Amino acid sequence: MADLRANFLGIKSPNPFWLASAPPTDKQYNVLRAFEAGWGGVVWKTLGSQVKNVSSRYSSIDYGGTKMMGFNNIELISDRPLDINLREIAECVRLFPDRAMIVSLMADNTREKWHELIAQVEDTGAHGLELNFGCPHGMTERGMGAAVGQDPEIAKMVVEWVMEKATLPVITKLTPNVHSVVPTGRAAVEGGTNALSLINTIQSVTGVDLDTFVPNPYVAGKSVYGGYCGPAVKPIALKMLTTIAQDPVTAPLPISGIGGVSTWKDAVEFMLLGASNVQVCTAVMKHGFRIVEDMCDGMNNWMDEKGFKTLDDFIGKSVPTITHWEDLDINYHIVANINQDKCIHCGLCYIACEDTSHQSINLTFGNPYNTYSIKEDECVGCNLCKLVCPVDSCITMVEQRKGDEYLNWKEFQRRGLPLNDH
Amino acid sequence: MPILNNRLTAEQYEQNFSDIHPPFESREAALVEANRCLFCYDAPCTKRCPTSINIPKFIKQITTDNVKGSAYTIFDANIMGGGCSKVCPVEKLCEGSCVYNLLEEPPIPIAKLQRYSTEKAIAHKWPLFQRKPETGRKVAIVGAGPAGLSCAHVLSREGVDVTIYEKEAKGGGLMTYGIAAYKVTPEFCEDEVNFITSLGGIDIKYGQELGKDVSLADLQANYDAVYLGIGVGVARQLDIPGEDLAGVEDAIRFIYDIREKGYPSIPVGDKVAVIGLGMTAIDAATQAKRLGAKEVTIVYRRTQAEMPSTEVELNLAKLDGCNIIWLASPKEILGENGQVTQLICNVMELGVPDASGRRSPVETGETITLNVDMVIKAAGQVPYEALVSSNQLNHWSGKIAIDSNCATNIPAVFAGGDCVNGGKEVVDAVQAGKDGARAILNFIKSE
Repeated sequence: MADLRANFLGIKSPNPFWLASAPPTDKQYNVLRAFEAGWGGVVWKTLGSQVKNVSSRYSSIDYGGTKMMGFNNIELISDRPLDINLREIAECVRLFPDRAMIVSLMADNTREKWHELIAQVEDTGAHGLELNFGCPHGMTERGMGAAVGQDPEIAKMVVEWVMEKATLPVITKLTPNVHSVVPTGRAAVEGGTNALSLINTIQSVTGVDLDTFVPNPYVAGKSVYGGYCGPAVKPIALKMLTTIAQDPVTAPLPISGIGGVSTWKDAVEFMLLGASNVQVCTAVMKHGFRIVEDMCDGMNNWMDEKGFKTLDDFIGKSVPTITHWEDLDINYHIVANINQDKCIHCGLCYIACEDTSHQSINLTFGNPYNTYSIKEDECVGCNLCKLVCPVDSCITMVEQRKGDEYLNWKEFQRRGLPLNDH
Repeated sequence: MPILNNRLTAEQYEQNFSDIHPPFESREAALVEANRCLFCYDAPCTKRCPTSINIPKFIKQITTDNVKGSAYTIFDANIMGGGCSKVCPVEKLCEGSCVYNLLEEPPIPIAKLQRYSTEKAIAHKWPLFQRKPETGRKVAIVGAGPAGLSCAHVLSREGVDVTIYEKEAKGGGLMTYGIAAYKVTPEFCEDEVNFITSLGGIDIKYGQELGKDVSLADLQANYDAVYLGIGVGVARQLDIPGEDLAGVEDAIRFIYDIREKGYPSIPVGDKVAVIGLGMTAIDAATQAKRLGAKEVTIVYRRTQAEMPSTEVELNLAKLDGCNIIWLASPKEILGENGQVTQLICNVMELGVPDASGRRSPVETGETITLNVDMVIKAAGQVPYEALVSSNQLNHWSGKIAIDSNCATNIPAVFAGGDCVNGGKEVVDAVQAGKDGARAILNFIKSE
């Protein structure tokens, strides 16, 4: 049995699965249910000055029969009275002392307000603070949330205010609504933050209601941009995470990975790309807290199979494999192969290659089943046929190197080698 | 052992003849299955459909809530796509060739999805088609069955005025009169005919029988072309002693009566034997059981490997509690006081393969005797040979001979469907009607 215990900035949790700051962590009732279900920790929904919400607040993207591939909200930070939140946080810490309790904060834009809020939260017994520099709606108009995260100088200043006062570990949560998360990440490091988390939600319009003509979510005939999350944003989150994990300034800090984590596999991917733990929201909003059972179980089994005893054995392991395009090995070449015994003759590989790629697949007409085979000389090894094939390992990519030695683009140019030879 | 009607309560009849292929209850249920479709290229299901419905396309249209487009895709290829979704032997056509079968996974329920779209279109009377400007040409069609209706629809879309002469009081042909009521209801058949004719330009004259109320010569004289879609007639005679006894019935007649007269008025015996194992035999056997027959036995002279019915159909009969006796060929029907009492069958065995490799059954010399009070003959149907030859049409044992342009030996007279092929599926007749219409359009143009 692998050891799933996580230690993030000295904050211990029985597993690396935390609930992200969001509706599921808005109150004691939910958080206690989450802890009972087995979640390792929570980031309590952002505390700040009083807010007022609208309805509706959520909308989502369905794809190919799957609901909520992407999810979007226009909810604000916690709309519950601060004193109730603080009391409930303390109660949850008392009832589940082994779980991580982080509190998300978004104070008004003055040093005093931040100091005041931090003092109040530290009195609850919570284990850490997360600074909400990402909320993309509602708060930005008042110069908070993403308005902070989008300006490295302001971000640095606010982190500095926080670090003057905070005795607990501080995590700075980054907004993805920037061309790169690295400048804000560096600013937060320079301001003294202890850790980073990313990503917050991405500004989005999920769609337009074809009857009312009003985009979703619908609020009395109007809508606004909402924050996008869920499985659809995972690739973007992983990319942003990797840039933070690779940057020399931000890399030394622990990172909490957020953005479409729905299964143990997603979590492993985030951790391989540098996250020390993960935060989950949309998946529990879709399925409830019970999904943590398979997340723990699946990660445990995977670690056992790979021979990893602790999380540290694999955190960040994949980071060095993401390089620059010009460093890729040009001599590496693969061609597709169709296993005729497994082929179900759906023709998806053929039409994808024929219409959109390199016309590298032969079609032999049959009734009713056609036969498809690869024209090896034409195949550029793009992989598209394998991706569209509905059958596991029916199409495989077979290595056919163009040369024994590693050859990258820079060297290729230096030697003046001919273009387009494969 | 009496032959009796009114054996069941109204509720029992209702239950026994309710739809055996229930539709999707909801949009979501349809979408779950529609989303499983891989959207194959040059799809095997389409190739196996005699009318070549673009199945992946119509399923894709369902997934995008484009149900109207989906219905158009189906009806454009098969104007009886609604009825076909209920009566087609899909297990040997589209669904039987679904690539999921090769993954040992259940195929896409194509028929059920087809029904999802087409039933909506028919129920809401969607005007999916528009006629081209009138050409001033007119065509007579004999028979308002699948071939005739399909032919009429294609012609009318092209601006040709069509008059259909139908001997029965309702359209739909075999769909209306020759298929088990639990597969397709009389109301649906009527709606389907109305949906087809709602295009306009199609006038159906009912109660008009060829050779009796209307002559081929008159039609030739009054129309630019004639299409014969007259189907096939009664069940093949067994040519054995006792065939004229009371209680010996023709399956086609039996099924016709069930559809025409209402379930309680149809008499069935306590012990019924059905001869043959095609679709019609199954429909007769299961419906006899559902009308209240105590024991129904299907007698077939070959083995399961040779049966014309599909396994799905056979299972229907088995689930209805029908017995099957393989390798038994009717020899003689015995009776008392003019009423059937026994069916004597030769016990058969498969002989040596003939030139085609087929092993024909041969008599073993042994017989078996079944105590029965009703015998339903479903050993194939016979074309209208007398009608065909009296009109000087070239034919093969009553099956009208046509060339590759669907033309008969008589100028401007075309034919298709069961009267040409001797009896196939509804969907084959629909395609024959399309082919006939194309041929007629070419003929009219070149005239």
